[in-house]
Amino acid sequence: MAEIAPVTYDSKIEGNVVFTQLDAAMNWMRKNSLWPMPMGLACCAIELMASASARFDIARFGSEVMRFSPRQSDVMIVAGTVTYKMALAVKRIWDQMPEPKWCIAMGACASSGGMYRSYSVLQGIDHLIPVDIYISGCPPRPEALIEGLLRLQRKIEKEPALYNQKKALFEDMAG
Amino acid sequence: MSHSPKAAISALESQFKILSKVEFRGETTLSVEPGAIADICLFCRDSLGFNFLTDLSGLDHFGEDPRFEVAYELYNMERGEWLRLKTRVSEDLPEIHSVTSVWPTADWHEREAFDMYGIRFTGHPDLRRILMWEGYPFHPLRKDFPLGGKPSEMPDVAFSAAAPLEGGPFVTVPSTATTKDREPRARG
Ligand code: SF4
Repeated sequence: MAEIAPVTYDSKIEGNVVFTQLDAAMNWMRKNSLWPMPMGLACCAIELMASASARFDIARFGSEVMRFSPRQSDVMIVAGTVTYKMALAVKRIWDQMPEPKWCIAMGACASSGGMYRSYSVLQGIDHLIPVDIYISGCPPRPEALIEGLLRLQRKIEKEPALYNQKKALFEDMAG
Repeated sequence: MSHSPKAAISALESQFKILSKVEFRGETTLSVEPGAIADICLFCRDSLGFNFLTDLSGLDHFGEDPRFEVAYELYNMERGEWLRLKTRVSEDLPEIHSVTSVWPTADWHEREAFDMYGIRFTGHPDLRRILMWEGYPFHPLRKDFPLGGKPSEMPDVAFSAAAPLEGGPFVTVPSTATTKDREPRARG
């Protein structure tokens, strides 16, 4: 009697295979390794540094690798007062970050200009770059930053990653 | 305790024209002629021992003439004596001689006074703006400059916009009233 070849079921590899959607897999990889671009411009940067320290340890959520090169980072954390003198420099660094990229406005200053209703301060970094998460506080505690990061992760989970990645291609195909 | 330098003041009074002398809580302020400021400062340093310029700042007395004032805070490190010099410059010709050759630390202070008030310091080695960017068209600490700023544009360098004040500016008033009455509010 001829042996039946196991074409549909292979017990040797079956336990190691996970079925998922491509989007979900991409998002899962992205959200758990968000390398921040630390745009520390004022006092909020101290709390940003604290959140990377042992006590708060943002490494638990995959964001410990502060990259001082925009080309290697995923999320820009604007921590501090954005003066008009600095504003275009922040924008330039943002433009150098590769897609996909996200932005967290940390603290009152980065979100809205904060207490500086003044001639010298940009009234919120969202005038120049798109912000995903605003964190309130002056300064926000490191826990608040971590909460913001977790919210960003939840936001990334729902993104149409593949579509965004190949947007031009899909739009071409649709005619 | 008074740190007023009596001997130094009388030496200055005999050497230079002093417009006015104000004593307040042990501090002495001498008003002097703007044209003589460099000579007076040199005299203060070399003959009176004021070897440290603690601060140099501009002031805007908007509505008065002469409009601007420059204040020099001098300190004698050996004797622990303070002296304040003030001199007025007019709006039409806001120019005064630099004291960078007397105290090199005046360099950045003078740049700040130039940046914020538009007072030009002649003889300064490098009179550029220090806080605002090169090409910013205003002098923001002048009293007739709005608190929220004015729009400006300097392509590829910086821009500025007027900040929304929502009924403000919110200002506090100096008084002995309670915190609730003193807190910053929109005061029309
Ligand atoms: S929000 Fe507060 S702590 Fe943060 S940069 Fe502004 S002033 Fe500083």
